[in-house]
Amino acid sequence: MALLSVQNVVKIFGELTALSGVDFDVAARQFHGLVGPNGSGKSTLMKCIAGAETPTQGSIHFDDADITADPPHRRARHGLSIKFQITSVLPALSVYDNVLMALQARGSTWSLMRSASRAALHDSVMDALDRFRLVDRADDLAGILSHGQQQWLEIAMALAPQPKLLLLDEPTAGMSLEERRVTGELLMPIRDTCSLVIVEHDLDFIRDICDVITVLDQGAVIGSGTVEEIQNNQRVQEVYLSRV
Amino acid sequence: MAVANDSSKQAGGLRRRLQVIPFLEIALVAIFVALPMVLDHFWVVFVTRVLILALLGLSFDLVWGYSGILSFGQALFFGAAAYVVALLGRDLDISSMFLALPVAAIVGFALALFMAWFLLLGRTPPSIIFVALGTLTGSYAAERLARGWYYLGGQNGIPSIPAMTVGDFVMYEGVGFYYLALGILLVVYLLCRLMVRSQFGLVLAGIREQEERLTFFGYRVQHFKAVVFSISGAIAGLAGGLYAFHEGFVWPNLMGVILSTQVVLYVLFGGVGTLIGAVIGVAAIEYASFELADRYPEFWPIVLGLLLLLVILFRPTGLVGLFVSDRERVGSFGSKRGKDDGAA
Ligand SMILES: Nc1ncnc2c1ncn2[C@@H]1O[C@H](COP(=O)(O)OP(=O)(O)OP(=O)(O)O)[C@@H](O)[C@H]1O
Ligand SMILES: [Mg+2]
Repeated sequence: MALLSVQNVVKIFGELTALSGVDFDVAARQFHGLVGPNGSGKSTLMKCIAGAETPTQGSIHFDDADITADPPHRRARHGLSIKFQITSVLPALSVYDNVLMALQARGSTWSLMRSASRAALHDSVMDALDRFRLVDRADDLAGILSHGQQQWLEIAMALAPQPKLLLLDEPTAGMSLEERRVTGELLMPIRDTCSLVIVEHDLDFIRDICDVITVLDQGAVIGSGTVEEIQNNQRVQEVYLSRV
Repeated sequence: MAVANDSSKQAGGLRRRLQVIPFLEIALVAIFVALPMVLDHFWVVFVTRVLILALLGLSFDLVWGYSGILSFGQALFFGAAAYVVALLGRDLDISSMFLALPVAAIVGFALALFMAWFLLLGRTPPSIIFVALGTLTGSYAAERLARGWYYLGGQNGIPSIPAMTVGDFVMYEGVGFYYLALGILLVVYLLCRLMVRSQFGLVLAGIREQEERLTFFGYRVQHFKAVVFSISGAIAGLAGGLYAFHEGFVWPNLMGVILSTQVVLYVLFGGVGTLIGAVIGVAAIEYASFELADRYPEFWPIVLGLLLLLVILFRPTGLVGLFVSDRERVGSFGSKRGKDDGAA
């Protein structure tokens, strides 16, 4: 049984059909690349999974539960984390506080008012920062980090609550080559605990870290399989690879 | 890298030295404690009123400054609690502070919770305008209701409420009442301060910045807002109860749109998003209105309006924004040095 199972999801924006009946499965501990030309519906699919958009039709199952109608906060509590395409760290808060925010989300109102978990979460915050090389910047405002560091911070925040599935929408956009390489390295260890869906335009990057790739074009899946299968897929080559 | 490190440490050091808010707080407490020693009775009563209204200012600051709920109905909670206290005194002969003030707070809390349920906890997150209009309507309706309802004294309100008693003491306006109001303000202020600097306060800071984003971490944003809104209702209610006792009577305007708007101006002027700004705003506007009314009896509202407009246009962070950096205003909720200096 797949960890995430998207069935026949349709998303229509007014006149435009962004997703036209997408099926998409992610197994436990799988690293799944999602690729496709601009406007093919990758971000829309990610948003439907996280709850930022409601599918016009279709269903989404996660961890043996139907989450199609669940609000985003319930999906998050269920073990789903997302980093959106647009970086959205909280710029006026410190890097430390950004991570703390992500970590303490499951506390009750009353325990948060008493700051009951602040001390206990300190080590986890520092671990998360350490993993993404941000310890030195802990007390700086998130807004003054470089673009690459903001992306890392977001990944650190998304991973902090130990999700079962992490959705990353173009995490290496705007990064230098070196930063990209490091990002790949930083992502490898999460395989032990978590599945990953990653949208990327950098195909080498996808090839390096993913087990399975799904290709979208104009809102439809035109191919899905291992890296090799996709590379040899005629249709994918026609529609997508030839264009890039 | 070493350079970047150095400068960030330095910046950290600077920030730590430049905490302004604690100084403002201590200075203000010292001033308020000392004032009755130098003021005559008239001014003691005047400043007592300021202290009570400061509670109302705090209540609005919590909702707008800390959680982004634009409430144009704070007077509803204030006034409704004032009326309930007046009725307790008139009809049930209850004037003990220990009974009446908790009841006032509960009235404010319950009303706010009720409104939050309607305005905030719907299926989809409400827009700012929806909440502003909803609260405004509540305030307007309550005032009209009080004006028309004979039991509540209609236009005239309820006069000559029995004086508040604290054990065997009877509290009339004056120095005793002043220090009582100051004490209550201090306690409420400290509790608010604890709250906005707690982990709960961190969530509020996040809500102000990126409300949408927080839901994807697992926060029920509207639930947090409803909690703050209800707490603010309790504080406004407490203020209303005190006000009723202090003035000795209540009248429909206490629930109305004018007072609700005035509270918004207090806080915008003093500095939204800092607790001390709310207190400073109330004191500054009340004092300025008094002086201006004295000097320019005809057009003082215009002068005051212009002053407010200038501040709000050029200093969105209010008077306090002149001294307090954005970083200090937002605050920090933890740091890599650990919990001992977390709540800065
Ligand atoms: N909220 C929206 N309202 C209307 N149209 C939208 C909305 N969001 C996305 N679209 C449209 O849906 C289509 C798919 O968009 P989406 O962002 O999912 O593409 P994408 O594959 O992520 O592209 P990119 O690689 O540029 O990020 C696009 O044509 C886009 O213009
Ligand atoms: Mg996209």
